[in-house]
Amino acid sequence: MTNKAVSLKELRKHRLFMPIVCLIVVLLINLIKTPNFFAVSINHGVLYGYIIDVINRGSELAILAIGMTLVASSSGGTDISVGAIAAVCAAVITNILSGGTDSVNEFHAPFLLAIIAGLLVAVLCGMWNGFLVASLKIQPMVATLILYTAGRGIAQLITRGQITYIRVDAYKVLGSTIGNNPVPTPIYVAIFMIIIASLFLRYTAFGLYVQTVGINAKAARLVGLNPVKIQFITYMICGLMAGIAGVIYSSRIYSCDANNIGLNVEMDAILAVALGGNSLAGGRFSLPGSLIGAYTIQALTTSLYAMGVSADQLPVYKAIVVVIIVALQSPELYKMLRKKTGAQKKTVIKEVTQA
Amino acid sequence: MKEEVVLEMKNVNKTFPGVKALTDVSFKLRKGEVNALMGENGAGKSTLIKVLTGVYEMDEGEVYIEGKPVVIKSPQDAQKHGISTVYQEVNLCANLTVAENLYADREPMKFGLIDWKTMNRKSQELLAGLDINIDVTKVLSNYSIAIQQMVAIARAVDMDCKVLILDEPTSSLDDQEVEKLFMLMERLKKKGVGIVFVTHFLEQVYRITEHITVLRNGTLVGEYETENLPRVELVAKMMGKSFDDLADIKNENASNVKDNEVILDAKELGHTGTIKPFNLVMHKGEVIGLAGLLGSGRSELVRSIYGADRADTGTLDFKGQKVLIGAPIDAIKHGMAYLPEDRKEEGIIADLSVRENIIIALQAKRGVFNLISRKEQEEFADKYIDAIQIKTASRETLIKQLSGGNQQKVIIARWLLTQPDFLILDEPTRGIDVGTKTEIQKLVLKLASEGMTVMFISSEIEEMIRTCSRMIVMRDGRKVGELDENELDQMSIMKAIAGGDK
Repeated sequence: MTNKAVSLKELRKHRLFMPIVCLIVVLLINLIKTPNFFAVSINHGVLYGYIIDVINRGSELAILAIGMTLVASSSGGTDISVGAIAAVCAAVITNILSGGTDSVNEFHAPFLLAIIAGLLVAVLCGMWNGFLVASLKIQPMVATLILYTAGRGIAQLITRGQITYIRVDAYKVLGSTIGNNPVPTPIYVAIFMIIIASLFLRYTAFGLYVQTVGINAKAARLVGLNPVKIQFITYMICGLMAGIAGVIYSSRIYSCDANNIGLNVEMDAILAVALGGNSLAGGRFSLPGSLIGAYTIQALTTSLYAMGVSADQLPVYKAIVVVIIVALQSPELYKMLRKKTGAQKKTVIKEVTQA
Repeated sequence: MKEEVVLEMKNVNKTFPGVKALTDVSFKLRKGEVNALMGENGAGKSTLIKVLTGVYEMDEGEVYIEGKPVVIKSPQDAQKHGISTVYQEVNLCANLTVAENLYADREPMKFGLIDWKTMNRKSQELLAGLDINIDVTKVLSNYSIAIQQMVAIARAVDMDCKVLILDEPTSSLDDQEVEKLFMLMERLKKKGVGIVFVTHFLEQVYRITEHITVLRNGTLVGEYETENLPRVELVAKMMGKSFDDLADIKNENASNVKDNEVILDAKELGHTGTIKPFNLVMHKGEVIGLAGLLGSGRSELVRSIYGADRADTGTLDFKGQKVLIGAPIDAIKHGMAYLPEDRKEEGIIADLSVRENIIIALQAKRGVFNLISRKEQEEFADKYIDAIQIKTASRETLIKQLSGGNQQKVIIARWLLTQPDFLILDEPTRGIDVGTKTEIQKLVLKLASEGMTVMFISSEIEEMIRTCSRMIVMRDGRKVGELDENELDQMSIMKAIAGGDK
């Protein structure tokens, strides 16, 4: 009995406790409001259902959250250009594949080459951000604001203001399914990226370096780290992740709509990091936390759609739920609550000390 | 003299989760006196002060100001009752001007707007009155820590206060500045202000205080009249045990290290703007002291060797080889280690655990793809927690939760783990209790006897005489002299620092 109480207490102290509780609460509410939320069926050979939708649609967000977590940790700031970078990446890929026309039925260039070129451009965008933040010490919000505003313009330039369609089945694979496999491909991509990132953090000292730089850059330098290089690399990785997300976005709609690909997704990615219990002021981070945050947000979006909230009203409901979740994770709220119930608590403490 | 009590705290109790920080502590402060609050790190000094200033709420106890019971629940309450504080670490806003810092929260107003002119004029007057002549319209971070500290004290003094708490105000001041502060304290005493003085410097306690209140492990040991309490007894009361003589720690074979091989040879090394080119030879197993006033270039000299500030003139030979050090990592790879002066800003990585703080330098030396396994990390951490007796709940405790002395030990452990040949310690004992201080001094001598070369910087000449076999004297960013072991005494060092031949 006492053992159980202790372990529950310890569990509550765990940094992932609140993020997981939030995810469960969102899912439970869904179960009540939409009883068939967890129902999974196979439609046309593909897994189908709300919960599958959450995991499928959450793939891009999860991938973005990986990069955003590192950036937030190393620089105490956020990269608000990830949505725009995704659009640029998609524009590059589709326009290499289309050979400069607006709609094609076959590749005009090798698929792999286009993907590599697109991701390379995304990495370049990340390096630009990294240069501004790490070398020129510009505040991350301001530095990434440049690509946030310019990125979609660049994407429009590449696509000449048109929506470029790639009507080739091979192009749709990353956004739909591989052959007869019932699991949507984005899920595989996300799992793959999560595994790579986890292994990288588990078997190298990179995570420790990033946190050290984020907590105290001066001390980091004196213990032999290079804060500029480490911050730069995190922004580069963030750019790459934005590019990968851009590939999936584009593949889903087998086109590049420069105005809408990844629109506002940077906010969701930042929110994912915050919901995961990570401080946006830099320092300690938990990748699992951010991933849970990402899927929580996707669950929220999907469930609001499931409840029949229209797309234009969605942000309002989302905002309300996010406020509640963030408040639940704020230690200040508990302090306020404790003050109210302070009288009762004090007597408890006295009893304990007497015992 | 009539004893008029300005502040009295009775039976104060304070519990933190898992720790009883204060047990039935009482404290009394009379008008126009300085009462030293003494105790080792973790004795409860800071907690008592934070309770008094409303940072923490006490669980039980009473506070009386001039005989009237008061309730202090926030720093604002404390200020309202005339209690002002200057904390150990300067807690002003470095990016505001001096004047803004002095008048933050109580700016002179005119037509509902801040009256900048009056504010600047009053600030200038206030500081001039304390013999601090600086431009008040400049941003505070332009000035040294010492000046910032004086500004903090000026701010506290200017607010009409009955009780002034000085929490280790002198730990970052040099002798002249301490002298200025003492003059200021004398003036305040005459005005009837009661001063609570927290410090680790015994000299200063005997210079300025009337009473000494000793805490140990969160309980009151007692209050004593300063003149009737011999130093040895005071130390014994603080530590709760008899105290082995500090003078005994110096080892005997220190003098023949000069015959050892040369480990470091700097020729005309310098960094424009901070340290003028200097020559320096160090031998294996030597402990060299760097003496000088604040801002004399002590830290700057070692920073230019270590690559913290990249040297832009001269050459450096290390272990018989010419080395080029562009950044600290180069120095670390060659076998140097550097404990920086400002523990909080440059030393600890606050949100990381003790374990991570210990292994971080070795990990940086090994490189990102050569992760020290978790098991090894734990072994390393445990080894040093044990070897130099770091007091911590566990190796996973965040370093910021440790006391100052133990944080410093963690940083020493960090460097010992890299097995350096040359260890630079910049003010390793500042703001640290007497017991830990002695431990660190002993450790330095032990390391040197094992063949490590140590450069030791301290503001306490006493301490350096005890540990160093040779001393280098700095003045105005220039190396002005070297003193051999037989010349090491207070007088000759002081003379060299001050430029006595003039």
